[in-house]
Amino acid sequence: MEDKTRLGLYETMVLSRSFEEAILHDYHADKAPAWDIGAGLIPGEMHLSAGQEPVAAGICAHLGVNDAITATHRPHHLAIAHGVDLKTLAAEIYGRETGFGRGRGGHMHLFDPSTHFSCSGIIAEGYPPALGQAFSFKYHKSTNIAVAVTGEGAANQGAFHESLNLAALWRLPVVFVVEDNDWAISVPKNRSTAIASNADRANSYGIPGERVENNSVEGVWQAAGRAVERARSGGGPSLIEVRTVRLWGHFEGDAQAYRNDMDHLSERDPIPLYAEDLIRDGVLSPEQIDAISVDARAAVEEAIEFAKSSSIPLGSEASRYVFA
Amino acid sequence: MVIIKSPAPQVTTRKLTTAKAMVEGISQEMERDSSIFVMGEDVGAYGGIFSSTTGLLEKFGPSRILDTPISETAFMGLATGAAVEGMRPIVELMFVDFFGVCMDQIYNHMAKIHYESGGNVKVPVVLMTAVGGGYSDGAQHSQCLWGTFAHLPGMKVVIPSNPADAKGLMISAIRDDNPVLFMFHKGVMGLPWMAKNPRSIGPVPEEPYEVPIGKASVVRSGSDVTIVTVSLSVHHALDAAEDIAAYGIDCEVIDLRSLVPLDRAAILDSVTKTGRLLVVDEDYLSFGMSGEIAAIIAESDPRLLRAPVVRVAVPDVPIPYARSLEYAVLPTKERIVSAIKEIMG
Repeated sequence: MEDKTRLGLYETMVLSRSFEEAILHDYHADKAPAWDIGAGLIPGEMHLSAGQEPVAAGICAHLGVNDAITATHRPHHLAIAHGVDLKTLAAEIYGRETGFGRGRGGHMHLFDPSTHFSCSGIIAEGYPPALGQAFSFKYHKSTNIAVAVTGEGAANQGAFHESLNLAALWRLPVVFVVEDNDWAISVPKNRSTAIASNADRANSYGIPGERVENNSVEGVWQAAGRAVERARSGGGPSLIEVRTVRLWGHFEGDAQAYRNDMDHLSERDPIPLYAEDLIRDGVLSPEQIDAISVDARAAVEEAIEFAKSSSIPLGSEASRYVFA
Repeated sequence: MVIIKSPAPQVTTRKLTTAKAMVEGISQEMERDSSIFVMGEDVGAYGGIFSSTTGLLEKFGPSRILDTPISETAFMGLATGAAVEGMRPIVELMFVDFFGVCMDQIYNHMAKIHYESGGNVKVPVVLMTAVGGGYSDGAQHSQCLWGTFAHLPGMKVVIPSNPADAKGLMISAIRDDNPVLFMFHKGVMGLPWMAKNPRSIGPVPEEPYEVPIGKASVVRSGSDVTIVTVSLSVHHALDAAEDIAAYGIDCEVIDLRSLVPLDRAAILDSVTKTGRLLVVDEDYLSFGMSGEIAAIIAESDPRLLRAPVVRVAVPDVPIPYARSLEYAVLPTKERIVSAIKEIMG
């Protein structure tokens, strides 16, 4: 791999983590002493993706803004890696008029037409719309593709299986991605899923399935390269499952008493692990690693300042945008 | 080969079934706009179980007329995704009763994305679906359910009762930038294999035209009772109005043509004139269209009424199979006539 590519993957992961650390801080800052999920600068459920950045960075490095991606209720890493505007993203999370949905959507319902990014709060239901985006690209004979992302828990939903079958049948330019973080909220994969690898399920629909172990950003990048090329060249869909890690709760405020894998969790953080690789290989110096974090935090700070200084939607305008 | 010469068609006299009028509307729009495609179960070679797509495959080919697997969630979502990218999909849900297997894609995605995106994303899908009973298809293939969909924000709900409206409303639905649920009653389609209402064949202009969505039609003027209804029940109401005219009772019949948007002004104007309101609805009684229309009067000015509102709807029971039972719950001409008598005291 080229140094430039590896640097890019690292920068993307750091930017995503910096963003979520800032969100994490503000989310909890004004929910004390009595913790009220609906209170504060950022109200509502908050699903953060810390630990899963390798999936986003590795996949999105192969995409342009004309490629579509549908993400999940845990969407920030994918949005950032796909290149959505950080300020507009922050503004939507803070419920502001300048956000992607003018405060009507929230962090699980982000739509950015300029990068064809969207997400859905309903498990597995982001897969079918990606088929339609892919259908449109194929119909218009473009080489753009759609990427549909979901978690390992979603692979037991009908939408997952219907989508794999239909995409395979119609040879749609789709890359299906399963983020296997071991946990469907509190239920581990081995208690929800009859087989170990969802890549095998892809094979049963006649399409390639590949599983990337170890949360390896370079492993994801390589698998995605094959899958994206296949889709772009008319070869049809394929599926990549990535064994990743959910470093934080299912949602913020999740006590995670059900988890039995907490002892060495921080050792699985993919960002310091990748930094070590890059330093060892002479791609980056420790000083450069620090500088990347400083730059990321500056960009995040600017985005969050923009969000906080943006106007709050007027209650009297709650009924706007129901119809076009 | 025998060539049969037929007289030149005349716009005012050419008659089509509702099914053929719908297909003509779709076909004319597809000729104009290559971003329109049709998909669903058996919409290709079969031509639609209720003839809603007959002949389209032959005309437009398999790249634009697509038979899908029996995977409603996948293809409803596919319609939404294609619409988000600027296409104008027409997707058929064979029976509205099947909504249970794909409702998330319909109401959580198709209907909400425009709002959640703050108006930045448009989802111009036409979701057409067969509704209604009367032919012993039982509880899972006979419902109307327009109240269910009208209850959920974000979709227009269009329900034609006759061929000319069906064509014009279909064209309007296709050109609309919102998701539009287009609900056609099997009993108004003019199908050769089902008892058909005589008004299911009627004059239809040949050129493309729009019937505005959200505008009710006063299909019979009268001064004593306002009958507000939609779909096949429009015809039952007209038949009842003709019968009861012999008793000197003059009914006005309003065909709503769409529930979303609802033409509240047309209802209020008529009730202001007649002072009596009868709502006829083939959907379930409670929490639905008939209650909503009664509420319009209650919220506007209950003093408009000279008699209490009367509702003829399907009592809150699944649609029964046996004909004797089914016709006991459907809104028939006889039930409407007795309701008119009741309202007139």
